[in-house]
Amino acid sequence: MKKTFTMLAAAAIAATTAAPALADLVVPNLSYRTGPFAAGGIPYADGFNDYFTLLNERDGGIGGEKVQVPECETAYNTEKGVECYESTKGQGALVYNPLSTGITYQLIPKVTADKIPLYTPGYGRTSAANGKVFEWVFNYPANYWDGASVAIKYLLDENGGSLEGKKIALLYHNSAYGKEPIRTLQELAKKHGFTLSELPIDSPGQEQKSQWLQVRRDKPDYVLFWGWGVMNSVAVQEAANIRFPMDKFIGIWWSGSENDVLPAGDGANGYKALTFNGVGGDYPVYADLKKYVFDAGKGSGAGDAAGSVIYSRGMYAAVIISEAIRKAQEIAGTPKVNAAQVRDGFEALEITDARLEELGLKGFGQPFAASCGDHGGAGGAMIQQWDAAAKKWSLITGFIEPDHDVLDPLVAEDSAAFAAENNIAERCN
Amino acid sequence: MFYREAGDFKTSYVDDSQTFPIRFDRMRYYAVLVLGFGILPFVMNDYWANAVFVPFLIYAIAAIGLNILTGYCGQVSLGTGGFMAVGAYACYKLMTAFPWMPMPVNVLLAGLVTAGVGVLFGLPSLRIKGFYLAVATLAAQFFLVWLFNKVPWFYNYSASGQITAPERTLLGVAVTGASTPAWAKYLFCAVFLFALAWLARNLTRGTVGRKWMAIRDMDIAAEIIGVNPLTTKLSAFAVSSFYIGIAGALFFAVYLGAAEVGEAFGIQKSFLILFMVIIGGLGSIFGSFAGAAFLVLLPVLLKNLLVGGLGWPTDLAAHIELMIVGALIIVFLILEPHGLAQLWRVAKEKLRLWPFPH
Repeated sequence: MKKTFTMLAAAAIAATTAAPALADLVVPNLSYRTGPFAAGGIPYADGFNDYFTLLNERDGGIGGEKVQVPECETAYNTEKGVECYESTKGQGALVYNPLSTGITYQLIPKVTADKIPLYTPGYGRTSAANGKVFEWVFNYPANYWDGASVAIKYLLDENGGSLEGKKIALLYHNSAYGKEPIRTLQELAKKHGFTLSELPIDSPGQEQKSQWLQVRRDKPDYVLFWGWGVMNSVAVQEAANIRFPMDKFIGIWWSGSENDVLPAGDGANGYKALTFNGVGGDYPVYADLKKYVFDAGKGSGAGDAAGSVIYSRGMYAAVIISEAIRKAQEIAGTPKVNAAQVRDGFEALEITDARLEELGLKGFGQPFAASCGDHGGAGGAMIQQWDAAAKKWSLITGFIEPDHDVLDPLVAEDSAAFAAENNIAERCN
Repeated sequence: MFYREAGDFKTSYVDDSQTFPIRFDRMRYYAVLVLGFGILPFVMNDYWANAVFVPFLIYAIAAIGLNILTGYCGQVSLGTGGFMAVGAYACYKLMTAFPWMPMPVNVLLAGLVTAGVGVLFGLPSLRIKGFYLAVATLAAQFFLVWLFNKVPWFYNYSASGQITAPERTLLGVAVTGASTPAWAKYLFCAVFLFALAWLARNLTRGTVGRKWMAIRDMDIAAEIIGVNPLTTKLSAFAVSSFYIGIAGALFFAVYLGAAEVGEAFGIQKSFLILFMVIIGGLGSIFGSFAGAAFLVLLPVLLKNLLVGGLGWPTDLAAHIELMIVGALIIVFLILEPHGLAQLWRVAKEKLRLWPFPH
C-alpha cells in the first residue's frame, strides 16, 4: 500500500514537472468540453484545433514552424482558467484565447505583467479595443458593445428609423459577460428613446421561468439576449412556450448556434442572432480540411461539428491568430517568434478580402486593419435567422456598422478608468 | 519507538498543557514550519504558487473557519461562499477607498466586517437548529450573492460587475496585482494561515472552545451548567466568519486578482468547503488542512497525471477526475466517517506501539 502511494507520488511529481520541448510555436487552447457551457466550448475548441492541424499538415506549420496546440480544460471556471494559464505559459505560449469573459478579466493583468498577447474575438473586456491603454489585449473584429449597437441599428431599420416609445428587454447571463452590453444599451436608449428593461438570469441558466413570466407581463416589442451554453436552448424553448414572436427575439453571436435552436424544434423558427463571421461548410477551406484533417483521422473531438456556427468561429480565431503569427514572422524576419513579437504582429495585422480569398474563406469575415490605438477592428456584424424546416441558419443582412458616435466615448471612458486604477500611461501618442 | 510519551518529562504546567506533548510531534511541527517558511518560499514558482499552494492555504483558512462553527460548535452552515464574498468585497472597497492602507490591515478589517455580518446571520441560530439553521444560512448565501450583484456601489459601478484588485505593496514588495512574485503571494497567505491556525488551536483548547463543544454536544445540558448559549453561539459565528472573511479577501485579492460574485462565491463554494471539513474531520484543526489539501490538490494532481502524464484527451480526463474524486470521497466516508483526521489519530495510536504491538 505504502509502496504504491510512493510510486503514485513520484509519478505525479514527474508528471507535474515534465515540460514539452520549446521548439515549436505554442498556442494553448484553454477550452471547456465539460460543464454547462460545453455545448459551445466543444465545437469552438474543435474548430480552433482543426485549423492549426490543417496548417501543420498542409503547409508544415506557419513559416515552416510547426504549431503546437496544447489543450487545457477550464470548464468555464475562473480558478481552473488560472491554473491552465500558469501551467501552459511556461511552455512558451505565444497567445491566449480563453473563450470566457470571466477568465479574460482574470488574465488581462496577468498577460500584461507576463507580456503575452491575449486575443478575445467577440468577447472579453470591450474597452480593450483601446490599444492606447490595453497594450497586450486584442478583441477585433467585433465586441459586445458593437453587437449591442448593431442589434439596435437593425431594429431601427426594421422600424423605419425610429424606436421612439418601443420597449426592449435585455435578457442576460448574470455575469461579466452578460452585463457588458448594459451600459451601451442604456446610452442607446437615451439616444433613440426606447425603454430598456434588464432581466438577469443566474448562471448556468437552466431556470428561466420567472424571467419569461416577466416578458409575458411587460410585453416588450423586442428581446435582446446575451446567453451562453445550456442557457441558450432553454431560453429559445421558453420563448417558444410563451409564443413570443421569434423574429423579435435577437441573440448575440454566442447565442446563435445550431445547438441552441434544435431542441426547440419548429418553435425556434425565425429566431435571429448576430454573427461576425460566415457559417456553413461551403468555403473552399473545407475541401482542404477534409483532405488533410478529417480523412486523415486527425480531426479534433468527435468531428461532427464542422461547418457549424461555433466551429466556424473557433476556426476564425485560429485564422486570425495564425495570420498574426505570420505577420510577426514577417516583421521579426525569423520564423521563431516570441510572444512580444507576436504582439507586434497582432498590432500590424491587416485582413483584406483578397487575403481571405487566398485562405479559402472568401467573405468569411469583415476586412479590418489594426493599429497601435485600435485593437478593436471594424466592429460590424450580420444578422442570421434560423430556418427550422431546413435546419439552417441563413444570413438576412450584410455587415452592419455599429454606431461609433455612441461607442467611442464609452470605450474611452471605460479604458480611462482602467488606466487610472492601474497607473497606465497612454501609448501611441 | 520514537513516537511515545515515555522519557519526555514535563516539569511545569506550561509544558504539561502544550499543544504537542510528544517530542516527535513537536519536531515534526517545527520541521513543517521550517519547510513552509524557510525553504518553500525560495523554490516557489508561478505554477506551484497559483495552482497549488495559494489555493490550498486559502481554502485551509476557510475550512478552519467553518470547522470552528460546524465542527466545534455544531452549527451547520451553508453560507460559507456568501461570507467569503463579504470578505472579498469588504477588502475591495477598503483597497479602493483607502489606497494608502497596508494590505494586512485591509485583510484583517475585511475579516472583522465579515464577523459582523456573520453574527447578524447567526442570530437565528439561537432559535433554530440543525437542518433549519442550514436553510437559514443558505438564505444568507443567496441573499449576499444577490446583494453584491445588484448594488453597483459594491463593485464601484464597473461596467461588468467584476471587482479587480489593484496593486498593493507591503514593505516594497507587491502582494496583490499581476506583478506579485510567487513567493510573496505564498508567504503572505502562509503567514495568515499560520497565525490563524495557531489562534484557532489555542481558542479551541481553552474556555471558549470548551463552551463551543459543550453547546455542540448537548445545548440544554450546557446551558444548565452555566454556558450562555447566546454569547457562545454568536462568538462561534463571529470567529468563524472572521476566518472565512479573511479567506475570501485573500481569495479575491491575492489568488484570483479579479472576481465575480456568482462564479467565485456561489453555492458550490459553500459545499466545497463543507466537504473539506467533513472529509478532513469535524472538530479538528489538522482535519481542516487535510480536507483542503485533499480537495484542492487531488484534482490538480489527477489532471497532471491523466493529461500531462498519460496524454488523455482533456474532456475524458476531466470527467474521470470528477468520478475519481467523487468515488474517493465516498470510500473515505465509508471507511472512516470521522474523516482524514481520524485516520491520522489511528495512525498515531499505532505508531505509539510500533514496533511492538501487542
